[in-house]
Amino acid sequence: MPPQPLVTARRLRKVYGKPGAREFTAVDGIDFEVRRGEAFGLLGANGAGKSSTMRMIACVSPVSGGDLTILGRDAATDGPAIRARLGVVPQDDTVDTELTVRENLLIYGRYFGLSKVEVRRRAAELLEFARLTEKADESVGALSGGMRRRLTIARALVNSPDIVLLDEPTTGLDPQARHLLWERLFQLKREGVTLLLTTHYMDEAEQLCDRLVVMDSGRIVAEGAPAELISRYTTREVVELRLTDGDRATYGDELRSLVARFEDLADRLLLYTDDGEDVLSRAHATGARPITALVRRSTLEDVFLTLTGRSLVD
Amino acid sequence: MPERTVTGAAPALRELGYWLHRYRRIWRGTVVISVANPLLFLTALGAGLGKLINTRTAAALHGTPYLHFVLPGLLAAAAMQTTYVEAAGPVLQSVRTRGNYRAAATTPLDPTDILYGHLLFILLRVTMTGAMFALVGAAFGTVGATRALLLAPCTTLIGLAFATPVAAWAVTVSRPASLTMMMRFAILPLYMFSGTFFPTTGLPGPLRDLAEATPLWHGVELCRSLALGTATAAATAVHVGYLAAMAAVGLWAARRSYRRVLHA
Ligand SMILES: Nc1ncnc2c1ncn2[C@@H]1O[C@H](COP(=O)(O)OP(=O)(O)OP(=O)(O)O)[C@@H](O)[C@H]1O
Ligand SMILES: [Mg+2]
Repeated sequence: MPPQPLVTARRLRKVYGKPGAREFTAVDGIDFEVRRGEAFGLLGANGAGKSSTMRMIACVSPVSGGDLTILGRDAATDGPAIRARLGVVPQDDTVDTELTVRENLLIYGRYFGLSKVEVRRRAAELLEFARLTEKADESVGALSGGMRRRLTIARALVNSPDIVLLDEPTTGLDPQARHLLWERLFQLKREGVTLLLTTHYMDEAEQLCDRLVVMDSGRIVAEGAPAELISRYTTREVVELRLTDGDRATYGDELRSLVARFEDLADRLLLYTDDGEDVLSRAHATGARPITALVRRSTLEDVFLTLTGRSLVD
Repeated sequence: MPERTVTGAAPALRELGYWLHRYRRIWRGTVVISVANPLLFLTALGAGLGKLINTRTAAALHGTPYLHFVLPGLLAAAAMQTTYVEAAGPVLQSVRTRGNYRAAATTPLDPTDILYGHLLFILLRVTMTGAMFALVGAAFGTVGATRALLLAPCTTLIGLAFATPVAAWAVTVSRPASLTMMMRFAILPLYMFSGTFFPTTGLPGPLRDLAEATPLWHGVELCRSLALGTATAAATAVHVGYLAAMAAVGLWAARRSYRRVLHA
């Protein structure tokens, strides 16, 4: 018998507002499972329903319909017991800016009923993990965005959770801060912690997630490992061309005929192919003079474009 | 995986622990304020205004020195004000800017645990303020020591009556300016017109009825009748009943709005 999934969602729905006129369906009947030890991602554009899903799993938002089982318990009835075993990194940081870094960990740990001795030991470990030991006794108000995010993650680990929920862990951070954060998340993964994260960054999803679902307007439109999704929904390579408006009008149709799949975006053309160099030389042969041209590997961004007809980041 | 048992204090006491932790850094200042406030009032009203009033309109006070009359009124009004200050702003910040409620909501605590824990802290604060007020009054000889003892639990009751509806409302507020408006147009008028400084019997008919229907008036009368020794069982039951009913309705509303806001 395969081990029981840590999270099981069946026909899960979230409806906000009063029934009737003001009703809004943010999550519209989704099914998925999260297995022990994996990093599972929810990928989607703004408003796709990622945070709504995460908040239901965190048991801070009541389920409007369907079933949600977490760690073998029903989210609708066992909120406190489930929350006791989760680590939550919300989309907006809720670290206490009037307390020190260490105090934030101590206070939060006490909420889980940890003893003073235990929580002190845990805080010291987590400060080390989050590379914040030097900042331990400084006020949170003095931390950079990346440090604050690391503190939020450290705080989420204070109760040694079975699952860590990360809602857009790196949004708003500069590349260096993002890489440091990814590195910390990798370490958690290596230690066997189950991660459930949302993102609208393709590279983040590809780097971190073993498996992911693509969400669009409250529904799941695809599910699988990143590489699997790329091979299922798009070609191996993409030729990206930026053309002048004149060239675009003159050569557009001819370029389109070079490949089976073609995307006409506001600022560039995408030509999907398994042999990028070949298509690129044939594109040049049409007579078009691209401002920039590049051949790249297909990414989840292309998967998203194929599935929804829209770009992920707006 | 073995079941981890959640140990430690009851959930609401963990929320109280958060507020006590913050309070550790500012408690000295609040004690100074709690003592200075009645001291200033009693000096100003006793030495200045009180002399003026005693010689002219002592009849309206049935011969009671003005200072003895005004002390329990001020104490009840201070209880209301302290409660408002402790409940309105901190609740708004907890759910919005600082977000400590939202953080606590991701732990095993339920929204009602968070509410109860914070209420406990507010009651602690208001009771301390009330006790200090009564102590200063006793030191001035404006209220007997035994009667002063009775005043502290009265401030707790006034605190509970105001804290619950204020928290129920504040948790839903998004603009801090709304809190200032409430202070200006509800709390201050109550402070001035609920018999704090003068007997409501002097007000014209409808105004008097209005003043005597307010929660603060019942709080003031409760404290005053106990301090002056004029309390009757029936009147005391009415005052206590009024404030307890307000606390019960407030608690119902607060449980509801905390759940709606923290578990949206
Ligand atoms: N408390 C709420 N009340 C009403 N509508 C809400 C509430 N929270 C979210 N919504 C709506 O539900 C939809 C999904 O929101 P959600 O926050 O789940 O999206 P998301 O995928 O996390 O987006 P983002 O990438 O911007 O964080 C949005 O249209 C949003 O406006
Ligand atoms: Mg979101």
